[in-house]
Amino acid sequence: MPPRQAHDAFVTGVGESDAGRALFRDPLDLAIEATRRAIDDAGLTRDDIDGIVVFRPDEGSAGALEIQDAMGLKVEWFAQCDVGPSQLSAVFEGCNAVGMGRARHVIAVHASNEGTMRARLGKGGSLPGAAQGMPDRIRGFQQWMLPFGAMSVVHMMAMYARCHMDRYGTTREQLGAVAMVERSNAALNPNAIYRDPLTLEEYLSARMIAEPLCLFDCDVPIDFGSAIVISRDDAARDTRRQPIRVEATSTSMRSRSSWDQFDDLTTMMMRDAGAALWEHTDYKPSDVDIAMLYDGFTFLVLNWLEALGFCDKGESGAFVEGGERISLTGDLPVNTNGGQLSAGRKHGWGYVPEACLQLWGDAGERQVPDQPATAAIGCGGGIFAGAMLLSRS
Amino acid sequence: MTAIPRVLPALDETNTGFWTGGLSGELRICRCAACSHWIHPPAPVCRRCLSDDVHPTPVSGDAVVLSYTINRQQWTAEETAPYVVAIVELPEQPGLRLTTNIVDCHPGEVGAGMAVRVRFEEVEDVAIPVFSPVR
Repeated sequence: MPPRQAHDAFVTGVGESDAGRALFRDPLDLAIEATRRAIDDAGLTRDDIDGIVVFRPDEGSAGALEIQDAMGLKVEWFAQCDVGPSQLSAVFEGCNAVGMGRARHVIAVHASNEGTMRARLGKGGSLPGAAQGMPDRIRGFQQWMLPFGAMSVVHMMAMYARCHMDRYGTTREQLGAVAMVERSNAALNPNAIYRDPLTLEEYLSARMIAEPLCLFDCDVPIDFGSAIVISRDDAARDTRRQPIRVEATSTSMRSRSSWDQFDDLTTMMMRDAGAALWEHTDYKPSDVDIAMLYDGFTFLVLNWLEALGFCDKGESGAFVEGGERISLTGDLPVNTNGGQLSAGRKHGWGYVPEACLQLWGDAGERQVPDQPATAAIGCGGGIFAGAMLLSRS
Repeated sequence: MTAIPRVLPALDETNTGFWTGGLSGELRICRCAACSHWIHPPAPVCRRCLSDDVHPTPVSGDAVVLSYTINRQQWTAEETAPYVVAIVELPEQPGLRLTTNIVDCHPGEVGAGMAVRVRFEEVEDVAIPVFSPVR
């Protein structure tokens, strides 16, 4: 039986830097821009921040100490995370620290110049977290994929999608519906990268990357910075916004953390993280108003819909068929800002800011109607998975 | 056009049996001498019983395609012909799998459930296991 969670962490401010395909700005610069915007958003000052946690998977992202030193932060708690239960590992750590009373206001940050790095390197794939070129010899889990020309996680995702199609009859049109809905959302998001409408014909005739995944099944690498203020219960009352409660987090990993040995290739680790989320709350999937679901690939949105119990196993294709159900006016709006597919690859760090803006009623033209109060976030894919439930209580 | 781009593994104590067994024509998978469990990727202990009496052990070389994808993207400076990345399952144990390439056939011929057999492509000090259809 998983331990009972304490519920004592609130998101009180969010901030994102300018984003683009190749900005030629240092990750530190992007991190500071996002951090300052998040602190301002919370109605706090630099001196109110007493904790910092950073997601730093590679050399192309900003580090905790350089942000701390550049901004003159004085902290009682800090940490720096590689990918763990998804790229939101740092956010989970921040919630844990605040919940333990180690800090009052933690800034959780991730900034990357992956867009510029990719532009500089030219052709070349990379597995999760790598914004640099290929090493001479490979160690760790990548050695079971790279020697076979599986240069990118797209090859594994393509094989998982093939399994899902073979077993459940999922179609390319259904994957395309995810891409098209998110592109429609991006049209209403002035900060999105791709905003022109995407038609089914364009999707189906797009060039293949690794079959059955085509160009529009994959997210677009960008430069960006994202920051979130996570506050302790008593401290949250000092902030400008209505504090958004972190109702539950899930970092469960009850299965083999292997890209090819995992027991069910049609679920991967989202199965564990998704199921465990509901063990820590009285909320149910039917209580959720909006969902931010990892969309490094269209297929992962289907994985998360099943993993979080929004539909039965194997039914995610039917759930997204035609796109209405997951559109801004549908039963479960998904990736309301255009997601990583159209707003840009933010390594999972676009979901919490967008969810909070929606819950605060501050999402502008893309605002979901009827005052959404509860958001689910499912982050990661493959062996990396973590989930959160946020509520405007 | 060049062949499949291959980034080679760094050899260490744990993985050398797998990556060099093919130089002797053998696909070697880590196996526990205490409980007979097959362990892949190779590790210093058995996942099932935690014994450290584990050794690279030859398997039959037979497998069945579980899933596959045809790569169409140019990843390096050189253009490559479409190639197949697959996950195959070995008969020695349920769930014992390898990510690999299906070779010696047209990519369009590959399907889930296809019976294949290992052969090796030697590159520098490494023998990379790839699989051909059993005809």
